[in-house]
This record gives sequence, C-alpha cells and structure tokens, in this order.
Amino acid sequence: MTATEPGLEQATPPPEPTAAPTSRTRRRRTLTQHDARTGFVLMSPTLIILLTVVVLPLIWAVIISFQELTLIQIGTADPFSGFTLENYQRVLSSGALWSSLATTIGYTIGSVFLVILFGTIAALVVRRPFRGRTLVRAAFLLPYVAPVVAVTFVWRIMLNPEFGIVNEFGQNVLGWEAPIPFLTQAVAEWEVLGLTIPVPTALLTVIVFEGWRYFPFAFLFIMARLEGMSAEPEEAALVDGAGPWQTFRYIVWPQLVPIIGVLAVLRTIWTFNEFDDIFLLTGGAAGTEVASVLVYQLLTVQRNVGAASAMSVVLAVLLIIMLGAYVLIMRRRGEKL
Amino acid sequence: MSTATASAVAAEVVEAPARRRRSRPPASRRQRAFLGTLRWVTIALFLIATLLPFLYMLLLSVRPIESLLRDPSSLLPSLDELTLETYRDVLAPVSEGGQGFLTFLGNSAIVAVSSVILALVIGIPGAYAIARLPFRGRRQVSGLFLATYLFPAIIIAIPLFVIFTRIGLRGSLVGLVIVYLAQTVPVAIYMMRNYFQTVPESVEEAGLMDGLSRLGVMWRITLPLSMPSLMATGLFVFMIAWNEFLFALLFLVDKRPLWTVSLGLSQLSGSIEVPTTVLMAGSVVLTLPIIILFFLTERLLTGGLTAGAEKG
Repeated sequence: MTATEPGLEQATPPPEPTAAPTSRTRRRRTLTQHDARTGFVLMSPTLIILLTVVVLPLIWAVIISFQELTLIQIGTADPFSGFTLENYQRVLSSGALWSSLATTIGYTIGSVFLVILFGTIAALVVRRPFRGRTLVRAAFLLPYVAPVVAVTFVWRIMLNPEFGIVNEFGQNVLGWEAPIPFLTQAVAEWEVLGLTIPVPTALLTVIVFEGWRYFPFAFLFIMARLEGMSAEPEEAALVDGAGPWQTFRYIVWPQLVPIIGVLAVLRTIWTFNEFDDIFLLTGGAAGTEVASVLVYQLLTVQRNVGAASAMSVVLAVLLIIMLGAYVLIMRRRGEKL
Repeated sequence: MSTATASAVAAEVVEAPARRRRSRPPASRRQRAFLGTLRWVTIALFLIATLLPFLYMLLLSVRPIESLLRDPSSLLPSLDELTLETYRDVLAPVSEGGQGFLTFLGNSAIVAVSSVILALVIGIPGAYAIARLPFRGRRQVSGLFLATYLFPAIIIAIPLFVIFTRIGLRGSLVGLVIVYLAQTVPVAIYMMRNYFQTVPESVEEAGLMDGLSRLGVMWRITLPLSMPSLMATGLFVFMIAWNEFLFALLFLVDKRPLWTVSLGLSQLSGSIEVPTTVLMAGSVVLTLPIIILFFLTERLLTGGLTAGAEKG
C-alpha cells in the first residue's frame, strides 16, 4: 500500500483491460482510496468541532483586535468593517502590557524550573522498588489531578495570616515575629547582612504553588523514561567504580535531557497562558498580574473587547516567536525535533 | 615472558583491585549510605508537601468555625467538637439554608459524563483514522491539534462568549460541554492513537480479508483490544471536565442553579458570609470524587498518558 501520494494516483493512465497485474494494482489502489475516504469521514466530526469552537473563534478574535468595539456592540457590528490599529496602539503604548509581560516571563521561568527540578528529584527517589511504592507514586500525583479551585482554596486558607497553619507554624515553631501575608504582599524587604533586598512575596508564592501543582506532570514522564532505560550502562559504571553522583551525571542525566527538553517546552507554553491558578490565588493583585489575567480584566472590567483581543494576539505572537527561536536553536545544534 | 614476571604481573593485577577495594569503598559506601538516608528524607518531605493540603482540607471540614478561630494552630480537632454540620450546610439547597452543592454536584456530573461519552464517540473514529488510514491532510491534523494548545484559552473565550450568547447556548450546560469537547478531543485522540498503533496490523488485515469493512474492523477488532486505553482516555476527559473553571465562570456565572461545583466553590469563597469550614466541606465534596476515581485507576491512567514516552 504505497501508492498513497495523490500526485501518483493522478498521473497513472487509465488501466488497460487486458493486463492482469494492472488490474490487481488497481484493486489494491481502490482499497487505499476507499480507506482514504473512510479516514476523512471518520476524522470529520473532530474537524468540525475544532473548526467551529477553536479555529473560527481564533480568526474572529484576530479580526476583533483590529476593530474598536465594546462587549455590547460586538454581536451586532459588521464583522468586516471599521478596521483600525487603535487597539494595538493603545495596548503596546500602555505600561500595563509590558509590566504584565515581565511578570509573566518571571513567573514562567520560575515555575518551569521548579516543576522540572521537583519532578526529576521525585522520579529519582522512587526509582528503585520499595514497599508501598505504588501508593507513594499515586500520592505524588495528587496535586495535579485534584481540582484547581479546591487546591487554590486550601492554599489560600493555609497561607492566611490570621488563622492559616503555615503562619501559625512559622510563629510558634520557627519564631517568625509577624505573620507573612504570602498572597497579598507585593514586595517585602529582607535584611541580609546589612543589605535590604526587595523580595516579591506574592509572585514567589504563586511560583511555588505552580511548582507544587505541576511537578507531578514532569514526574510522570521522567519516571516513564527512567523505567525505559536499560540497566546495563549503569551496572558497567558501578563495576568500573563510579560513584552515585558520577553515575547520575554521566549516565542517567544525558538520557533524561531529551524528555526534559520536551517537558520544558510544553510547560512553558502552558504556564505562559496560565490563567486559573493566579486568578484564583491572588486575583492578579500584589504584583502577580500576568498577561492572561490582564486580558480577563480588560474583557470583564473595562469591557474593551478590542483591546483584550489585541493583547491576546500579541501574547500568542510572542509565544510563536519564542518557540520558533527554540526550534531554530535546536536545528542549528543538529538535534532532531 | 618468564614465569617470574608473569606471576608478578598477575600479582599486580590481583593486587590492584584489592588496593582499590581498600581505598575506594569506604568513601563510596559512606556516600551511598548518606544517599540512602537522603532518599527517605526526600520521599517523606514530598509526601508531606503533597498530602498535607488535602489532610488540612479534610480536618478543617469537620470542625466548627469557632474552634478554628479560637485555636488555629491545632491540626487535630478534639473529638467532642467533631461535626458533620458543615457537610449538611454545604450540600443542602438554598431554600433550606444551605449552599446548594448537591445541585452543583449534579451539574458537574452531567457535564463531565456527557463530555466523556461525546469525546469518545468523536475521538475514537478520529484516532483510528490517524493511526491507520492514509487520508489526505493527515499530517496537517496534528498541526491543528498543536495549535489548539498554543493559544491561551481566553483568546477564544471572547468570540465564543458572543456566539454562544447569540444562539442561546451561553447560559446552558450544553454550551459548556461543546467547549470541553474542543479542549479534550485532541488529547483523547493522541492517547488512543498511540494505543491503536500497537494493535498488530496483520490482525486487522485478516479481518479485512474475511470480508469485514473498515468500520467493522475498527468495531470488532481494534476497539475490543483497546479497552484499557479507552478507559484511561475517558477518565482523563472526566477529570478535565470536572475540574474546569474558566469557561464555567464565563458562561454560567449569572445562573446559580447551573453552577458546577468548581464554580460554586470559587464564587462562594469570595463572600464573607459562608464560614471557611463549610467551604472546606465543599472542597472535600469537589475533590473526593476525583481522588477516588484516580486511586481506583491510577495504573491505567498514568500508563495511558505516557505511552510512547519510554522511548524518549
């Protein structure tokens, strides 16, 4: 079944009625063609759903971003008129976009790093079998499977300065002088060796939350990779007298790098677009206003649909540029993607 | 080579590892012992970090709010103040002074179950087509799937909000299910495709030879062999639909009778009238179905998601 390229099929002359081999190939080809048609039919429900619920709205969002509309006008206005660059001008010249972008990038780098760090450590410590390993593994996955609304609510209560368990513990056991308002304080001044260092408390807290909630995702894939590794190189290293650190650094780690690269890319895309976690934890207050929360606020508070769309288009374009750069760098290094 | 030198060399060969054994192992062994302890400490820390929030949720949900405010540092409630009133409060309908979570549970269940059924009905043929049938544009479809996950959900939320308002789907559970389908079908297809490809092609060809149609092959041969994958995919879709928050917020926020549990909890946790402990009971109600489902099917689910990742 090799004659699947459409060009080939079109190029074949009409079959001669006498030659037996040709008629056999024709029959085979009709099966392939039949399969192709069936394939398309089977795929069509998915395509219809994606086109109507994802692709069309996307295109419309781009159109709206070039129009000046409010939420009330949008349904009635002519979708193909009144094009203007007003929204982009406003969005790009306002400080809100750039400061939220800086926040988003810091937030993304911090949480992707934590997710991969925690995920790798967790996968390494449960690598060798022990009693209860299945349960431990399942427990590690809980933050990822539990509903985001429930876990953000529990975190908010745990970190509450008045009756949260973390501040109680900090004050009673660790000797903190005052409770720390983890989710409402934008910047804290820490005195270290006579220097005052500004620390973005709330932003760091949401980054840690992100690390906690999504490390299971990295854990799952790194664990699968570890289980798929052959044991021989490590046994050989052991025989040659390599210590645990050397074995990890020179044998295990190089085998993990590809999957970690994929995880980093996936997590970067998702964290960049992340909305729920920050919206539910801080509502975007205290220096945690990431881009998607800003879009939401443009949409619901200011009711400026055009600006909200322009903002999200800018975000998507930035993401595409970053991914494109990544692919280029990888290509240049000669790695297969 | 004389026997003397040979034996000297042999002695050296024998001695070398012996010397190494004398000098190396203690350091290495100490390192290993240290790592062994470190490993258990790390496992314990991770367990505390992952389990404590859920434990805290459960413990707060059975305490009266006064007790929490009086004595916030005690984790374990005393036995005589243990209460299930919080659960009654959160589940009872509004007309009886409760928060109406039983209705929300019903809504969430309707949305999640319909999403699972429809995602499988739409996704199975799609996954089979991608795994087996050489139709035109097969490669482009994967690009389309990737694009679905590249853009922030909020960008498509704006036009969807408008469209659904106009055709009257916005304030309904049906509209929500349609959006969830668009979000879950691509992952579902990806998971099932990986599995369908492991079904030997020869088995399917035998079916074709025996006169089955393609659909017949899919229905009678491939699907029965792929039950684990179908279960895992269904569960994954269920979790996404049950946990989803943004679109529920955008579409249903002004229709309280249609709130899902996630939306209900997030809306009520902003108000001061509802005591924290009652909301904790609500969180337990929201989380428990997912956790139970997850523990019942953990192996299936993790295997289904990472299938193919072993090869790196």
